[in-house]
Amino acid sequence: MSFDQHVFCFVQFEAEYRRFGLKRNGSGGFQEFYRLLQTIHHIHGVDVLLGYADIHGDLLPINNDENFYKAVSSANPLLRIIITKREDEPVVYGTNSLQRRKKGLGLTGLRTTGSGTIHSKSKSGLMIGPPQNFRQISSIIDVDILPETHRRVRLHKHGTKKPLGFYIRDGVSVRVTPQGVEKVPGVFISRLVRGGLAESTGLLAVNDEILEVNGIDVAGKSLDQVTDMMVANSHNLIVTVKPANQRNNVVHRESKNFMGNSGSVGSAGSTGSVLSHESPSPASQSNPITASSSIAEGDSEDEDDDGDIILENDCPTAYNPHLVTKRNSVKLNGESSCSGPHPSAVGRPLPQSMSLPSSIGASLGYSSNTMSGHNGSLASSSQDSMKDDGTELTL
Amino acid sequence: MMKFRFRRQGTDPQRERIKQELFAFNKTVGHGFPHQPSALAFDPKLQLMAIGTKSGAIKIYGAPGVEFTGIHGDATAVTQIHFLPGQGRLLSLLDDNTIHLWELVAGPSREVGGAKKEGVVTLKHVDSYSLPGRPGIESCSATRVTVLLLLKSCDLLCIGTEGGGVYFLELPRLSLKENQTLLQEPITQRLPDDYRCGKSLGPVESLQEHPQQPGKILIGYSRGLVVLWDLGAGRVEQLFLGKQLESLVWERSGNLFVSSHNDGGYSVWAVTSGNACSPQPVSSTIPYGPFPCKAINKILWRTSQSGSPVLLYSGGMPRASYGDRHCLTVQQDKEHVTLDFTSRVIDFFTVHSIKPEKEFDDPSALVVLLEEELVVIDLQTPGWPSLPTPYLAPLHSSAITCSCHIANVPPKLWERLINAGKAQRGRQQTHMSWPICGGKNLAPPPKQQELLLTGHEDGTVRFWDASGVALTPLYKLGTANVFHTDCDDPHDPGDDPDLQQEEEWPPFRKVGCFDPYSDDPRLGIQKMSLCKYSNKLMVAGTAGQVIVLGFNDERSDHSVDVSVVDLLQDREGFTWKGHSRLEPRLKPAPFPPGFQPLVLVQCLPPASVTAVALHTEWNLIAFGTSHGFGLFDYHRRNSVLARCTLHPNDSLAMEGPLSRVKSLKKSLRQSFRRIRKSRVSGKKRVITTPTSKVQEANAALAEQEEVAPVQRRIEPRSADDSLSGVVRCLCFADTFLRDGTHHGPTLWAGTNSGSVYAYALEVPGVGSGRACERGGASESSSCVEAVLGKEIQLMHRAPVVSICVLDGRGKPLPDPYEASQDLAIAPDMTNAHSVLIASEEQLKVFSLPKVSAKTKFKLTAHEGCRVRKVALVLFSSAAQEDYNEHTLVCLTNLGDMHLFNIPALRPQVRYDCIRKEDISGIASCVFSKNGQGFYLISPSEYERFSLSAKVLTEPLCSVQLDRPLELTISRDGTTMQPQANGTHKTQMGQAEGQTLEPPSSLSSPILDTPLDSPLSCADLTLDSTGELTVEDVRDFLTTVDEVENNLKNMKEEEGRSPGILIN
Repeated sequence: MSFDQHVFCFVQFEAEYRRFGLKRNGSGGFQEFYRLLQTIHHIHGVDVLLGYADIHGDLLPINNDENFYKAVSSANPLLRIIITKREDEPVVYGTNSLQRRKKGLGLTGLRTTGSGTIHSKSKSGLMIGPPQNFRQISSIIDVDILPETHRRVRLHKHGTKKPLGFYIRDGVSVRVTPQGVEKVPGVFISRLVRGGLAESTGLLAVNDEILEVNGIDVAGKSLDQVTDMMVANSHNLIVTVKPANQRNNVVHRESKNFMGNSGSVGSAGSTGSVLSHESPSPASQSNPITASSSIAEGDSEDEDDDGDIILENDCPTAYNPHLVTKRNSVKLNGESSCSGPHPSAVGRPLPQSMSLPSSIGASLGYSSNTMSGHNGSLASSSQDSMKDDGTELTL
Repeated sequence: MMKFRFRRQGTDPQRERIKQELFAFNKTVGHGFPHQPSALAFDPKLQLMAIGTKSGAIKIYGAPGVEFTGIHGDATAVTQIHFLPGQGRLLSLLDDNTIHLWELVAGPSREVGGAKKEGVVTLKHVDSYSLPGRPGIESCSATRVTVLLLLKSCDLLCIGTEGGGVYFLELPRLSLKENQTLLQEPITQRLPDDYRCGKSLGPVESLQEHPQQPGKILIGYSRGLVVLWDLGAGRVEQLFLGKQLESLVWERSGNLFVSSHNDGGYSVWAVTSGNACSPQPVSSTIPYGPFPCKAINKILWRTSQSGSPVLLYSGGMPRASYGDRHCLTVQQDKEHVTLDFTSRVIDFFTVHSIKPEKEFDDPSALVVLLEEELVVIDLQTPGWPSLPTPYLAPLHSSAITCSCHIANVPPKLWERLINAGKAQRGRQQTHMSWPICGGKNLAPPPKQQELLLTGHEDGTVRFWDASGVALTPLYKLGTANVFHTDCDDPHDPGDDPDLQQEEEWPPFRKVGCFDPYSDDPRLGIQKMSLCKYSNKLMVAGTAGQVIVLGFNDERSDHSVDVSVVDLLQDREGFTWKGHSRLEPRLKPAPFPPGFQPLVLVQCLPPASVTAVALHTEWNLIAFGTSHGFGLFDYHRRNSVLARCTLHPNDSLAMEGPLSRVKSLKKSLRQSFRRIRKSRVSGKKRVITTPTSKVQEANAALAEQEEVAPVQRRIEPRSADDSLSGVVRCLCFADTFLRDGTHHGPTLWAGTNSGSVYAYALEVPGVGSGRACERGGASESSSCVEAVLGKEIQLMHRAPVVSICVLDGRGKPLPDPYEASQDLAIAPDMTNAHSVLIASEEQLKVFSLPKVSAKTKFKLTAHEGCRVRKVALVLFSSAAQEDYNEHTLVCLTNLGDMHLFNIPALRPQVRYDCIRKEDISGIASCVFSKNGQGFYLISPSEYERFSLSAKVLTEPLCSVQLDRPLELTISRDGTTMQPQANGTHKTQMGQAEGQTLEPPSSLSSPILDTPLDSPLSCADLTLDSTGELTVEDVRDFLTTVDEVENNLKNMKEEEGRSPGILIN
């Protein structure tokens, strides 16, 4: 990589701005940098949080050595750093958060939608720390439009090689119809792979009946067809199941806040418990999503799908099959990140997972490379594989 | 619900009408040889031949192009067929002991190709009958039909049974003549005591009507007794005491008859009016004795004007030395030929004079139906040569490995192909015309010539005339002579058989072309591409050999240039453990007129070629294997490009063979098991009784209980799947790859892991791209250069099935030479091009030169099916003369056809085409450019289908009959519909129930419940959450069966009751 020796930091603390240069391969770590900023801004003794804008315009935290190095390495050469006081409202880190900040939608309760109220409520209720070691791997969605007996689960692959990890089988489902009880063929989850994504979410279980895959009814489809549908949608799989265990169902209540959190059937197993955010399972983050936002999600899914990687060679020279470096520009669509400006970042719709302040606890951006610094304790195996992905993408 | 923007299927009536004018799905005709034929019949009056198959199909053939097909409702083997001569009716006997009557009737007059066609005849099932069981005898075997005899008067059918009884059935109403039934008792009483021995006479083995005196029939029993029975008088005329009997045949005069026997001999018997009992034949011969011989299954005795009669019989070979041969002997006087076939003889007949005023039979041709082909022998020409068949060609004479269709063949190439084919057949030509010439082909002559190319396992490519209903062989190209093979004969095989023939007894003569044994499987053809304008053919095979051939009308001796392309490049650490490459023949070899090899390109490692592309305007070929792809300039004979597509982790694919060998072994074992299984099940005569049905269902249930429920793992596709580097498709296109202003030659390649590579080519003298600008400066580019332009990695990593470049109007680019020779509209090069990439999961259109997605259709995500084959087809409207649309036809793994318009990729229509279990059928499917297609329904048969409302190739034929061409009303006033639900048995029950009594409450559950429901119930028990227990299912089964049982009994009683009354 051909970077200059220096990074130009542009630091903002409330209304104050500072600019300074930083040696890219300077030996200092996060603590040293933190002290440097405190010195520059003269805010010794004030507890602050650091955030930086990554190439996608996402606001991401700097709170340890790893993500500090990541931030520095991603600067080209400008590194935009935002300092907030810890007493302030929690910062929304993640995809596109910076744009929203700019548009004035981001931090404070300017929103007119219901999510704003959730935000303020959750703020009064408990303090959610910055998302250091979490990332969303699953969610229960469309709770308000589905019957209580059904559950719609979205599994996030994040480009990892961690297997989705479940098996399906044919079976018989009993349906109550006006004509009486009817037995119809159905598709069921037959097995969960230990350590797989499906098992770690706790949202799917053996003998759950699969009703829909990404919005398509599986009735009348063969097991192989359903398998193929799931594999084809595996990078953004949304399955609607009828859980075999109906005791953990979401109960509709007035409070949207409660509902939003109630979907989290974590390993703690405490249905509807607000405390589930503190449960060791980072997976159990849930988002209440209205019907309208699910359409937006569909769009973002399409966005996912356009993530075919196109490598161009604009000024072709004599053929050399191994001459990778000759490609002067590497362009990547979609979620996959790489060094270089992201061309489509500004125009992208707001992914729903980040639009709610209550999801801070678990949701960070999709960008796999930017995330690799934060993975920490979450899943070391997936971290490795993501690194693999990174090298593969930049070729 | 969730978002799912199903594309609004606008119910635009205008569009719907256009769609109806463009698309229509029809399965039109079967080409090739019927799979597993089991019966043969010939109507000498109408000159029609009928073939019945084990799957219950009946096919009638006449003159080339005249074909009728009928299928029995349930797939039971047809064991016998008998024509009612001249009536256009035929009777079929099935393995389930039912007799069916078929009729040729006038079909509905219809519009075909703009002209109204009258008098089109189709084959209709009219009636069926099954012999009732004999009262008091439990088993049905006594009334199991062994032989049928139709009297010449065509009003009486004699039925010989296993129990030895002969029944008589009135025709065409199929009603039993109760009082005439001839049981064995009256005959045994007349036998001499020493012959009787207290044993039964055995089943009726043969029934033959006296050729001169109607009303007298010859009844042959298995134990050897032959009876001449007078039907009118109802008495025995003469008894003949013979040995274990196989078949009988009359001599034309009626003074003699011949019987063939189990011991391989035949006897001639004289019929004399005075003698009541003949213990000895006139003469008795065992032709291939004296050592034990196999039985002579069938014998024919035909008199001829020239003197001695022609004797034809099948079997009779010496058991020890030639017991395994499939032979038919033809002998006349001194001439004696033993036709040695490669597959079993099913049946045979002679075409001879039937006019009663003629004194002799004078056979003109012998038609032999074998298990795998039809052989016709010209009996008029000395030496009895065989006659090429205009249809029923054994496509599978060597297993078909690939196929390719070329529409609208230029007349020049067509003519040259025909000439080359004629030269090949030169030696075996006879002057006789095709003897089976009944019916009249009403189909209009084909507007264009179509060519079907089939590649075979033995390295041959066969060219077929696919323009009409009859698929006729044109020309055969062998590629084995490019290589040294183990089986290269040291001397010319031409004179070899003659030498052998003189020495050998029996005098064998090899006949037929079915040869399933491949000398070297590496010779197999995997991919083909033909340029019909420049007459260049490219074939690629199993051992990585790619051969470019050119057409030459003259015989030529030359050596073939050999080039080796290493697709691995400098990848280290991989070793190929598969088969070695074929050894090219270095010396000049003689090549007959036709396609002659020019260049041989050998890929290394010699893995099977998986994709080819040919561009004759640029003189380039591209080929891909599981390891990579290469580009070769066959004009300058130099390799332009080799690119390895292997994933670094993909060591498995590299060494591949080991794992593949293992799987091959496994699959071999499995296929042998399957064969053994099918043999066992095929041999036994299944008599479906209610009890056996229960047992079957129980067995099926038990089988399913043992097997764990089917599970499917849900895993996304990963990058380092094995075989990810397999090149799936290659294509050349003149398009914009570098920028939007300069277009030029490009090469596209797609792999199994969803990668697409696009190369910009610099072909001297072609293209307006930078090649020209630079070419002026350096002038170095006298050879073709390739530069990597783009790499696309599809996110979902599904195999790329097809790549196609669309021009500015969204139409596919024309073939090489099409545009430059004004044979097609020149592509639009002013507007932006796009590329259509079809992967197994999605269809996607990208804009060029910036590869950004324009439209897509996610087939798998929506439907759960995967793309298997894709073709761009031009559909012409049936109503408007000049309206046509380019459409993407897509065959999925479920066997259905999805049609999409391009480039918008909106679904148009969907048709079910192939059963989803028929994997080989789906894999063999090939599309033509005008909306037709072919797929293999058996190893030897192509089914032709049409997706276009306009382009249809189907049999349209008429037959001149004595009777009016109307459907005879069957006896109970309803015409049978064999296609209806359920089996024939239930249908008969239904029909009888309707006529004889008001529909009983008992019959309704049968009608409502399809017969396979017990099995589906068994499926249900697999789920533990379900509430059905095994006991429940059993109850369910027995109730159904009881109902059926009752119904059957009822029916049998109905059939029986009149007989009881008379007694």
